[in-house]
Amino acid sequence: MSKFDLSRRTLLKGSAALGAVGLTSGILPIRSALAAPLTIGIVYVGPRDDFGWNQAHAVAAEALKTIPDVTVVEEENVPETDSVSKSMESMIQLDGAGLIFATSFGYFDPFMLDMAKKYPDVEFRHAAGLWSDANPTNAGSYYGYLDQGHYIDGVAAGLSTTSNKLGFVAAKPIGTVLLNINSFLMGARKVNPDATVQVIFTGEWSLPVREAEATNALIDSGADVITCHVDSPKVVIETAEGRGVKTCGHNASQAPLAPNGFITGAEYKWITIYQQFADMLAKGEELPNFVRGGYDKDFVQNTAYGAGATPEAIAAADAAKADMKALKPIFVGPLKDNEGNVVIPAGTEHAPYDVWLEQTGFLVEGVVGSIT
Amino acid sequence: MTATSPTDVPAPDLATEGSEWLTRIARSAEAVVIPLIAMVSAAVLFSIFLLFLGKSPVEFFNLLWVGGYGSAFSWTNTLVRAGPLIFTALCVAIPARLGIVVIGGEGALVLGGFTAAAIAIPFLGWGAPWLIQAVMFVTAAAVGAAWIGFVGVLRHYRGVNETIASLLLFYIAVAIMNFFVEGALRDPGNPNKPSTPAIGDANMVGDIPGTDIHWGLVFAIVLAIAVWVLMNRTRFGFAARITGGNVRAARAQGLPVGRLVVVSCAIAGACAGLAGFFEVAAIQGRANASLAAGYGFTGILVAFLARQNPLAIIPVAIFLGGIAAAGGLVQRRMGMPDATVQVLQGLMFVVLLVSETLYGRLPFFRGKR
Repeated sequence: MSKFDLSRRTLLKGSAALGAVGLTSGILPIRSALAAPLTIGIVYVGPRDDFGWNQAHAVAAEALKTIPDVTVVEEENVPETDSVSKSMESMIQLDGAGLIFATSFGYFDPFMLDMAKKYPDVEFRHAAGLWSDANPTNAGSYYGYLDQGHYIDGVAAGLSTTSNKLGFVAAKPIGTVLLNINSFLMGARKVNPDATVQVIFTGEWSLPVREAEATNALIDSGADVITCHVDSPKVVIETAEGRGVKTCGHNASQAPLAPNGFITGAEYKWITIYQQFADMLAKGEELPNFVRGGYDKDFVQNTAYGAGATPEAIAAADAAKADMKALKPIFVGPLKDNEGNVVIPAGTEHAPYDVWLEQTGFLVEGVVGSIT
Repeated sequence: MTATSPTDVPAPDLATEGSEWLTRIARSAEAVVIPLIAMVSAAVLFSIFLLFLGKSPVEFFNLLWVGGYGSAFSWTNTLVRAGPLIFTALCVAIPARLGIVVIGGEGALVLGGFTAAAIAIPFLGWGAPWLIQAVMFVTAAAVGAAWIGFVGVLRHYRGVNETIASLLLFYIAVAIMNFFVEGALRDPGNPNKPSTPAIGDANMVGDIPGTDIHWGLVFAIVLAIAVWVLMNRTRFGFAARITGGNVRAARAQGLPVGRLVVVSCAIAGACAGLAGFFEVAAIQGRANASLAAGYGFTGILVAFLARQNPLAIIPVAIFLGGIAAAGGLVQRRMGMPDATVQVLQGLMFVVLLVSETLYGRLPFFRGKR
């Protein structure tokens, strides 16, 4: 019993000290402190090892931890309700966080915005293109153009297929997903005019059983390269590898899951942004409110080529990467959707930073599937 | 998993008249001491688990205290999480008095919240906030009541297992919400996260003055007390408990068993529906897939820990709310995955179920020394 008494005493002391730490960090503006130690809080909506969206951020967090004077605190599986407000507030109050990365779409409004109003001395950044001038100035958005990675995937897939049929397992028919499907097709068509992409929407961000069924259905209909846009591509990639077909990845590296058939994959490179932010805060600089970019800014990348990539595919994909770095547009008119309507007239093109792309509401000609 | 209450155990032989009050105290103490022993055992088992991982149990429980109850902020964090747990635990506890195990409260929460957000749409722009809130409140409760009430109907009139039915209906509830949120009721201004239109800040339920905790907590506590009165101090509650004790005996007495089952399930569903109402009207401001945040499932654990007693649900919800609040701090400070807290909750649940077998078997609580 004496051991318990002892621990209770240290426990009370500990909590008092922690309370004091929380208070000071609340009062002292962390931003103005030059080269002071910085605590960065990162909130994830799922597990950090999901082989997908969350893992892409977690990989960057690991790299952040190697920077001197930077402490990283992380919380996973935080649902998009007031739990996330309280998680962020707990990082600020109990850990003294001066910069928060909220990495899930639904964290932004109202949760992160409320916290930004409540804690004006803490910087908040959200991983999607949602911030506008009407929002608090200590909040902001950062985003990578993953469609460029899917375009590279398409180029490599177009030259790695023998059936000319590519398969795409997609979550929901919303703008960013449709853009990735279209970019994949555009890449494949660039090097292989006969290529088609068959898409199946599962309807949910994470529905492993349905994803496996969709993968099998695509393979049964003749597709010999499979890619996807779901929260965790693990099931899709493993199912396809098990069936002996090739795969392209999404969000994070799935190369270890498919030693035989992996071609390449569209990956975020969040560390570029995270490191820039940490460096700026260390110098006492103001963080930009809106950061976005693709290959030109090193915000996205493609997974190292796997055994599934043919030599021609690698050469063509490397050339396409150079195009992306040079901001060459993927979507150039004339272009029709898969119902025959002209979506980009001749003479019009949409360069990477064009917001038109983010509002994509169609599937381009060559994609087999329907949004409705 | 059966829900027993202390009244189920046979009356002890009293040695003398004078020791009757002592026996009564001992028997009430049983309902407190056994869960406490269970919790301490779970904590010991969990400490062993931590030691195997090479982590310090002292640090863990210290962080649990700091993150859940160590400061004013921690208390806010805990109470904010406790509110919806009280509602969803009531959804389990009320039918449990009739021996019915409903685990699909999350479905009533989701549909209640969704229909509340949907019914508000035609009122937006002209309706007074009190009117909009009242309509949303009634809708959420009614839809929740209908949803779990239907489980009661299936159970009583068709003999469908209510545990399975309510769980499967949760998936249907989510599918119904998604169907509308991604279709007819989708807010065009929110292209990348399908949601209903926002009800607007003016129509939101506010916070308790001086705190960051919304009124849902106060309402949940009042509701828990009201349910306790209903189940323990009214004829309806008495009849419900008789039915839970022995259905045949209840029928033989002429009790309307079918009506009791359906009405109890409906009241339970209304409680969960109200959790959905507060989730929409006080937190999200709109309905979308984020409504299914797991409160309905944690509520099951709360109800069982509270031994289906509506009053005990209040402290137990605050206890589990504190564990959830501290979970983040444990992850951050000890570098442990989120599953750690789930392991603790799972251990608590298993130990608790095992401890159910102890009721009536410890002579101390039977007034014998």
